[in-house]
Parts: sequence; C-alpha cells; structure tokens
Amino acid sequence: MTTQVPGNALVSLNAVNKHYGQLHVLKDINLHVRKGEVVVVIGPSGSGKSTLCRAINRLETIDDGDISIDGKMLPEEGKELASLRADVGMVFQSFNLFAHKTILENVTLGPIKVKGVAKAEADKEAMALLERVGVGHQAPKLPAQLSGGQQQRVAIARALAMKPKVMLFDEPTSALDPEMINEVLDVMIQLAKEGMTMIVVTHEMGFARKAADRVVFMADGQIVEDATPEEFFNNPKSSRAKDFLSKLLTH
Amino acid sequence: MDVIIESLPQYWDGFLRTLFLAVVSGIIALVVGTLLAAARVSPVTALRGFSMAYVEVVRNTPLTIAFFFAAVVLPRLGVTFQQFEIAAIIALSAYTSAFIAEAVRSGVNSVPVGQAEAARSIGMKFSQVLSLIILPQALRTVIPPMINILIALVKNSSVAGAFYVLELFGYGKQLANEHGDAVMWVLVGVAFFYLLITVPLGYVAHQVERKVAIAR
Repeated sequence: MTTQVPGNALVSLNAVNKHYGQLHVLKDINLHVRKGEVVVVIGPSGSGKSTLCRAINRLETIDDGDISIDGKMLPEEGKELASLRADVGMVFQSFNLFAHKTILENVTLGPIKVKGVAKAEADKEAMALLERVGVGHQAPKLPAQLSGGQQQRVAIARALAMKPKVMLFDEPTSALDPEMINEVLDVMIQLAKEGMTMIVVTHEMGFARKAADRVVFMADGQIVEDATPEEFFNNPKSSRAKDFLSKLLTH
Repeated sequence: MDVIIESLPQYWDGFLRTLFLAVVSGIIALVVGTLLAAARVSPVTALRGFSMAYVEVVRNTPLTIAFFFAAVVLPRLGVTFQQFEIAAIIALSAYTSAFIAEAVRSGVNSVPVGQAEAARSIGMKFSQVLSLIILPQALRTVIPPMINILIALVKNSSVAGAFYVLELFGYGKQLANEHGDAVMWVLVGVAFFYLLITVPLGYVAHQVERKVAIAR
C-alpha cells in the first residue's frame, strides 16, 4: 500500500478498516488533511462517509489501521481519548444540543467542565461566539425553543468554544428545512475562510464548490476520488463518480 | 371514633417514626439506586454484573426476607444495632434501591444517544457525561415511577411494625389490642395518617414533574 504521509498532516488515517458484521463499511481508507484545509466528503448514502467522520473522534471504533490527530495516535478509551476529543469539534446531523441546558450553558459547559475555564470568562467567550453565529439574543432560551437552523448554529458555537484544532461536520444540514440550510452553510463558509481545518460530510454540492479545498468521493466504503472541486465536478475520473454526479444534475 | 382522639399522642409518635423511616430510607435508596443504575451502564464489566445481580436478587425476593436479613442475619455476622430502626432502615433502603435503580435505568435509556455522543465529543469523561448530561435528563423523565416507588416505600415501612419498631402500624397493633371494641376506628386512624404522607407525596410529584419537564 502506497501512502504519501505529508509531514504536516493534522488528521491522518492510514489503512483504516471497519466492519459491521458482514458489511465492510470502511475499506482501506487513507486520508490526510493538512492544517487549514477544508475537505468535503460526498457520496451516495451507505457509502461509509458518516462512519469515516465519526471514526476520526472515535465515536465509531475501527477494526484495523490507525488514525492520528496532530501527530498523536487516537487513544483507546478513557482520559486521553477524552482530552483528544476536546481538540476535535463535532457537529451532528441532529444538532444534539443538551436539552436540559440553556443555549449559553450548552456553549459554556465544555470550557468550564473540561478545560476548567472560569465561568465569567466562559460566559463572555460563549456570548461572543453566539453573536458570531447570529444567535446571541437566544442565549437564555432552551434548545427546543429554537429553530433547527438556529440550533445547528449553536451546535457549531458549542464545538468552537473548545478551540478545536479541527472541526468535523456529519451532514450538518441534512435535518434542516430548505430555508434554514443557507444560514448554517454561511457560518461554515465563514469558518473555512478564517482558516479552520474542516472535514465536512454533506450533500450540499454548492458548499463543496464554494468552500472546499478538496473533494473526497466515497462509494461502497472506499475513497474513489480525491481531487479539487473543479477537477471533481468538471472532470470526474471514475464511472462511479460520473454516475453519482449525473443523478444529481438531472433534477 | 373517640379512640382516635384519645390516642392522638401515640398516633403522632407513630406518624413521626413512619415519616422518619420513609424519609431516611428514601434518601438512601435514591442515592444507592442511582449509583446502581450508573454502575449498570458503566463500561466496567464487574460493576455492570454486580448491579444486575443485586437488582435481580433484591427485586425478586419479598421485603420480609430483607427485614429478617437485616434484623437477624446481620447481628449474627457481628453487625449489631442499638435500635431495630437501624435494621429497618437498612432493609427498606436496600429493598427500595433495587426498584429505584430499574426506574433510573429506564430513564437513562430514554435519553437519546446523541446527547451522550455530543458530550463525549466535547471531551467529557464518562463520569461527567453521566452526571452532567444523562442523569439530569433521565431523572426528570422517571419522576412518576419514582414517586410510585416512594409511596410503596412509605407503605412498606409498616413491615417494621412487625419487627418491634413502634411506627404507625406498630402502634396500630398495640391500640387494636387495647381497644378490642374499636378495632375498626383504630385502623381508620392508622390509614388516615398514612394518607397524610402519601397523598401530599403524589401531589408534590405532580408539581415537580410539571416544573422540570424538558421539551425536545
């Protein structure tokens, strides 16, 4: 297996395999993401792209291969894994805001409990983040009182509050009503411009064109193509990718 | 009816002792039961096994066995008490905690898995995920079954009366012996004082439940 391992890779996956029983969901995955790079992972459903994303902070375990973040191998379980996860922001399809905490508490909980930041300072930074994603005035409310788009922007703020080295987005707009998708994508595009390292699993081709440095196309658990957005959308090499793109563009 | 008025001091004394038994055992059972539930979902196999075995054994055996164990077996093993009340509290809290553990566990299962994933993804340890995110949500959803368990505890405390603890039921027995002609009214009095605890408990539960409900 030839793997080019760039010395400055922030996220590195080497020969990663995972099975769900008989199903081989990740087949020999090699992926290296440099600092500041925005990698968009696309592909048909069931192609393993969400599993890939969740494996990077070990919400999914892998069978073999290795994953490292900023040069550190992903630990098994326990304290070290927890502290590594603190450096990896994660945004879920279903938002997963803490239902019993206010919007402000959702954002401050990590810094206060995990990093030991003083409450006053955490509150101040959280308010700045909430303003930045456009939901500052919602701070005292509970998650259920917000729209899906607002909740997802709070979820992004919650992840950013930990000052992560890399942000993972697992289909962040798939559970949203169409008119709310853009408000979330705008925040993500802004984040990409500011130089955040991002791995984004999405079906939003517009976002891939606009913000991605690289597009990774997955099918049947494999990385089939890894190219710049222009290259991938204008001149896909594999028949699998051509087939996928043609289905998208016919409607 | 006169017997109730005449015996008010005894009733009151019994009432306070029943209340004491229920409150102390209830608090211990809530704490122990929650810990058992936490052990049941922990990543440590030995803890899970212990919790499961404890709950299965205690939940499926009669309360009187727990009382005999606390009042008769423990002293033979060298654990002696000045008062039988201590044995009663041990038996009641050991018994009730098994039911609390099951209720809390069902609450834990009702919290969406995404809540735990989000908590883990911001770097929380297992103990933090459980105490800050899962249990606060789980406990709110299990208030109704929890209150049923506590009401059962109040009534179960009457078994202590058979073990020489002069709580409501113990006094009831005594009064019934003394007033053989008015047994019915003696029992009405006993029932009234039990209701004095259990009915408000149900009411308070309803209020608390409304107040802490979480929308999703």
